[in-house]
Amino acid sequence: MADVPVQDLRITPLTERHQALGGRMVPFGGYAMPVQYPSGIIAEHKWTREHAGLFDVSHMGPSFVSLRDKSGDPEADHQAIAALLEPLVCGDIQGLKPGQIRYTLLLNEAGGTLDDLMVARPRDPDWAGTLYVVVNAGTKDADFVRIAAAASGKATLNRADNCGLLALQGPEAVDVMRGLVPAAADLGFMAYGSFASDFNTLVISRSGYTGEDGFEILVEPDHAAALWDRLLTDERVKPVGLGARDSLRLEAGLPLYGHDLDETVSPIEAGLNFAVSRRRREAGDFPGAARIAREHGGDLRRVRVGIQFDGRLPVREGARLVDDSGCEMGHVTSGGFSPTLSAPIAMGFLPPGDAYEGARVTAIVRDKPIEGTVVKLPFVPHRYFRKPS
Amino acid sequence: MTTKFTKDHEYIRLEGNTGTVGITSYAQEQLGDIVFVELPAVGHKFKQGDEAAVVESVKAASEIYAPVSGTVLAVNEALNGDPGLINQDPDGGGWMFTIRLDAPEELEALMDAAAYAQHTA
Repeated sequence: MADVPVQDLRITPLTERHQALGGRMVPFGGYAMPVQYPSGIIAEHKWTREHAGLFDVSHMGPSFVSLRDKSGDPEADHQAIAALLEPLVCGDIQGLKPGQIRYTLLLNEAGGTLDDLMVARPRDPDWAGTLYVVVNAGTKDADFVRIAAAASGKATLNRADNCGLLALQGPEAVDVMRGLVPAAADLGFMAYGSFASDFNTLVISRSGYTGEDGFEILVEPDHAAALWDRLLTDERVKPVGLGARDSLRLEAGLPLYGHDLDETVSPIEAGLNFAVSRRRREAGDFPGAARIAREHGGDLRRVRVGIQFDGRLPVREGARLVDDSGCEMGHVTSGGFSPTLSAPIAMGFLPPGDAYEGARVTAIVRDKPIEGTVVKLPFVPHRYFRKPS
Repeated sequence: MTTKFTKDHEYIRLEGNTGTVGITSYAQEQLGDIVFVELPAVGHKFKQGDEAAVVESVKAASEIYAPVSGTVLAVNEALNGDPGLINQDPDGGGWMFTIRLDAPEELEALMDAAAYAQHTA
């Protein structure tokens, strides 16, 4: 129960703000980050589901990958930069529309996942030939090396992880955004743009990691604290730490890299088929394409499932999942207590034949069997913004 | 009535040869929202330092160790329905179990309130 020393950890432009707010700082991805504020994880979680939570996610890895020699033709320049990144990922980068963001996966030759990331195409034709790429904190150094190597002199990667990256999440986030940067409140889901503001240029995307409507905001380091302060003057907004970020994403059924995804897990095993572009799959032009085609065809060893457990005992990462005779079928990759459902929930891997909705499954916690049921993901329905058509 | 503390943040409040065990306010604050408590069986015998209970917060499971050797006399069943009592009232309604001491001299090695305050400063 001793406090973990947080010296020698990296800080964000908002670290002083977290300390002033009474945030409990813990090491995460090499950074000192607030796991919670005095209100506590459950209160912060519920506030985000009902109002708007403000998260510091500056530990993550935003970057811009830009073509060195642009032709001046926006479409040709986008195709050129997309062609440099596509050999690393299974997503359709060429097909991104201006201003569109796509979730994709960085794969190894065995079809395992090196990271999950967001790749976006700028809206402004003047910025064509650049991609906005956001990767995870723990993997960013390796990812950036990999991407820069793939660009092989034809493009440059500029890290923006000295900046502030704020996430504003929850049903009231859009109203808060309307008061801050009105034009950004009109973004569609998984769209982004650059916006002039009182805090210099902000790169704002309508995206997040909670299952709620919301925004992620990249801000220059010198303006990050002022933007944070401004957002917190709105009574609909409260600061939320990484603890609730984890419980929110778990309820939303979203995988966490290093837990639900790792170098052995393929996108198909993880149930992320939507992130494997059909064009790319048919072309087989990405690392591990043969395995992914085989698994897509149904030859699959394990799949990611959601499990809701009986009782109240949280079943956490690493817990074994066993069949009636006690044989191991798989294990839990992330799990905890759902504040929304007031029940223990988890994600883990099971053989496809045991992974049907309603299947009973047993986890072993401290040598005791804990019964649960396979349920459909997400545990709590997504409430992303959908533009009325 | 005296209260003694362990370096792992359990308290034991003594009344004669019986002690009431729980976790300190400092500990509950560190753990955050508690969602489940696994209590020992009444009648169970512990050696000092044995794992006696488990407290699960939203973030993590934490073992609670027996501050002294002895036999469990009673457990706080109210925690099964409302584990948050440990957050709200760790010294009162959030007690975990009572224990009959086998070896009162073990208390010598535990901290008094002043020493514990230093320990958590």
